[in-house]
Amino acid sequence: MGGVRVLVGTRKGAFVLTSDERRRDWEVAGPHFGGWETYHLKGSPADPDRIWAAPSGGWFGQVIQRSEDGGRTWSPVGNDFRYDGVPGTHQWYDGTPHPWEFARVWHLEPSLTDPDTVYAGVEDAALFKTTDGGASWSELSGLRRHGSGPHWQPGAGGMCLHTVLLHPTDEQRLYTAISAAGAFRSDDGGGTWRAINKGLQSGGIPDPDAEVGHCVHNLAMHPDRPDVLFMQKHWDVMRSDDAGESWHEISGDLPTDFGFPIDVHAHEPDTVYVVPITSDSHHYPPDGRLRVYRSRTGGGEWEPLTSGLPQENCYVNVLRDAMAVDRLDDCGVYVGTTGGQVYCSPDGGDSWAPIVRDLPAVLSVEVQTLP
Amino acid sequence: MIRVVLPAHLRALAKVQGELALECPDATQRAVLDALEARHPALRGTIRDPATGRRRAFVRFFACREDLSHLSPDDPLPDPVVRGEEPLLVVGAMAGG
Repeated sequence: MGGVRVLVGTRKGAFVLTSDERRRDWEVAGPHFGGWETYHLKGSPADPDRIWAAPSGGWFGQVIQRSEDGGRTWSPVGNDFRYDGVPGTHQWYDGTPHPWEFARVWHLEPSLTDPDTVYAGVEDAALFKTTDGGASWSELSGLRRHGSGPHWQPGAGGMCLHTVLLHPTDEQRLYTAISAAGAFRSDDGGGTWRAINKGLQSGGIPDPDAEVGHCVHNLAMHPDRPDVLFMQKHWDVMRSDDAGESWHEISGDLPTDFGFPIDVHAHEPDTVYVVPITSDSHHYPPDGRLRVYRSRTGGGEWEPLTSGLPQENCYVNVLRDAMAVDRLDDCGVYVGTTGGQVYCSPDGGDSWAPIVRDLPAVLSVEVQTLP
Repeated sequence: MIRVVLPAHLRALAKVQGELALECPDATQRAVLDALEARHPALRGTIRDPATGRRRAFVRFFACREDLSHLSPDDPLPDPVVRGEEPLLVVGAMAGG
């Protein structure tokens, strides 16, 4: 009998939530790495019992933990994230040059085929890769050395590389997104990169054709249609039908197009989910109502999903890596909130129920669909 | 033998309990931390920055009721620490508001 394993990263550790395919009754395990900020954890598609986690903290820095038993036990692996060569500078908030400094890992993206290979997106923005099971990490410095690198500036949350998408069949193609630089694509396995930001309009950037400077919050892709990308930008929900060569807006009738996460239904490539947030200065949902919005048309037309979600006095946020979908026949959708709730919809968003209500602030949610 | 006391988070990371006793070629902070990281590789990068080797900002070293954090890592440790009468304390600084 199949089931799901939900991996939750929080401000104070990681939690593993498991259920059978009905997704009604849950076993909650954790906290793992109690007290450590765990920005992200994710399982290997090639070996689902191998799970990677990225706990960090202001006192003791970054560690990487690896589990070989589905998250029951963990062992630290290599944590030396050293920029390639002389790091150089990017722009600071005031426009002055600022040295590249490693702060933390935001996102871990395990290879689709090799359990020993993982990509790590870090702050200050760079992409690292291990091919030896985490013993060592090497920077794919072609990204940071992109000609625009010295002009990148941090977003309010830091200059983070927070999204890594791997093409399902072409191992040479991968996408990243950086706040507040934009989206980038490599067609040679991460060796060289180019900005893919045409069509993005960002208020405050006077040049409508600016190559970088766009605060991309999250990207999503359906594996059956890898040239179609969806983007939640700081403001605006965007779509590309040509692997990022150009973008057009699909915010449509959303109540606000500010938000953080975006994801795609596991079996319907045109069904997309976002969580509209009032504004960049509010960081909570409009009218105190937590509503996930679903488009069944690839964007433009959206419907609020409210059944089982709090519809009054709710002022939480859903961060960029805190939404995920499972691959069961009836696709499950999951969101985690800064209020410590993790909600599950076992029916594609029609109805929701909390799995847990009182975790530390949720930073990330990933789901593994188990055989 | 040099006795070392780690904060709870680092004891959990290294999967040890209580004090550690380390054989060190020199009785200096650097030698003790080198020996500590050699025996417990999980601690690499958590006390000292891996690139610069410098003490992380919110980690402090105490012994014999003195703050040794700002001494050179190559200065000799206090005699009671060298004789094993007192431990070297690695402390997560009280910070965060």
